[in-house]
Amino acid sequence: MSAPAIVVVGAGPAGVAAACRAAGCGRRVVLLDDNPAPGGQIWRGDRQQRWLARLADSGVEVRCGTTVSGLELPGATTILATGARELFLPFPGWTSPGVTGAGGLQALIKSGFSIAGKRVVVAGSGLLLPAVASLVRKSGGSVVLIAEQTSAMNMAAFAAALLSRPEKLAQSAEAALSLLGVPYFTRCVVESFDGGRVRLRRGNAIFECDTDYLASGFGLVPNTELAALLGCRLLAGAVEVDEFQQTTVAGVYAAGELTGIGGVEKSLVEGEIAGLAAAGAVDEARALFGRSRRARRFSAALNRAFALDGGLRALPRDETLVCRCEDVSHSRLKGLASWRQAKLHTRCGMGPCQGRVCAAAAQFLYGWNDQSPRPPVFPVPAGLLADPGSFEGEPT
Amino acid sequence: MAERVTIFVDGRPIAAERGATVAAAMLSAGIRAFRHSVSGEPRAPLCGMGICFECRVTIGGEPHRRGCQTLCQDGLEVSTT
Repeated sequence: MSAPAIVVVGAGPAGVAAACRAAGCGRRVVLLDDNPAPGGQIWRGDRQQRWLARLADSGVEVRCGTTVSGLELPGATTILATGARELFLPFPGWTSPGVTGAGGLQALIKSGFSIAGKRVVVAGSGLLLPAVASLVRKSGGSVVLIAEQTSAMNMAAFAAALLSRPEKLAQSAEAALSLLGVPYFTRCVVESFDGGRVRLRRGNAIFECDTDYLASGFGLVPNTELAALLGCRLLAGAVEVDEFQQTTVAGVYAAGELTGIGGVEKSLVEGEIAGLAAAGAVDEARALFGRSRRARRFSAALNRAFALDGGLRALPRDETLVCRCEDVSHSRLKGLASWRQAKLHTRCGMGPCQGRVCAAAAQFLYGWNDQSPRPPVFPVPAGLLADPGSFEGEPT
Repeated sequence: MAERVTIFVDGRPIAAERGATVAAAMLSAGIRAFRHSVSGEPRAPLCGMGICFECRVTIGGEPHRRGCQTLCQDGLEVSTT
């Protein structure tokens, strides 16, 4: 009997790197992903990616279009690489068609959405904003402006940190060049969106502009649902891991954005370490610790630079919806004491997205910290709950 | 160039590139309302990556499918109601 398969959940950079390295040690590896193809968000539709070419030759069994709704410790070693989702903060008009996430618009364009000839306002926070703006331009759209909530001073501190990372600096310079002529405002937030008219505030100044799309995202939130289900300890919203990417649960590893937001280089090195460690190649894993520590330092600088301003809590009006699945407004939530109370009294977070959109927003707006996921973490047909065996191996 | 396929949204033919998602094809065709919320608001894709469920439509007779996680195939029937 050969060793049991290593199961990797999530086929973004961390999951792909983990799967390739574990397979390279001669282990059988199954790689699962919800999306139609491997690559995660950053390599979505990227046919030149060398890691994806490597994956194709690795012998890894890739199962895309597979939604993982729950996990029981199967005895097999598991590597979680579930990545991150965008943080959406509610403002008047954010539920209107025409408003997408920032990463959301990027994903849609990479999935074949034609933005050619359309105007786009890009707003929120983080390095994703210039990346999205750059993609819009390359795809034939025009960027009206970029509204970044953090201050120029925070950005400058981050730029100083970038100087120690020449490859990052080159990427930033490239993005900056492709955005020549696009206004980039710091300390600037969207106050409302109404029928294509965007109202913005910069300091005390209010101004408006017209647009076809508003792409708004306030950074990323680790996808920790499966890790929490398995009992892995979380720390500040991310999965706690040791240097080998081992979580607090034996046999469960975590790599990439779910251990802390840090970008593709952090994901790749953590994925490699997790894959090697899970396959027992401890010395090879250890050789990567230096790279991993550098990636973590970069991640810390990134998160400081784009820390969210408390003033964003004032954006929703009473009637602004916070939970988009159950249409629960800010006024119904703001007096409540906890996420649990919100669920019991208003059905907030109990629709199809299971709080993936509103829980992180509610945590920021109201300071609730008591979210705990229960299976299934994605909606499943009732028949599957009644008889899980009947769906085994079937992509849903 | 990429191969073109045709999907049908509420009976209306929409051309798309093979490999594009249903959500991307519908947005490119100018469709604004993918679904209506519990209080009747029109909704369209937000996250583009399978998280928010705002793009859910009926695909091939199966309700509540995420348009952003489903690839266009020739002749695919999609319904927004």
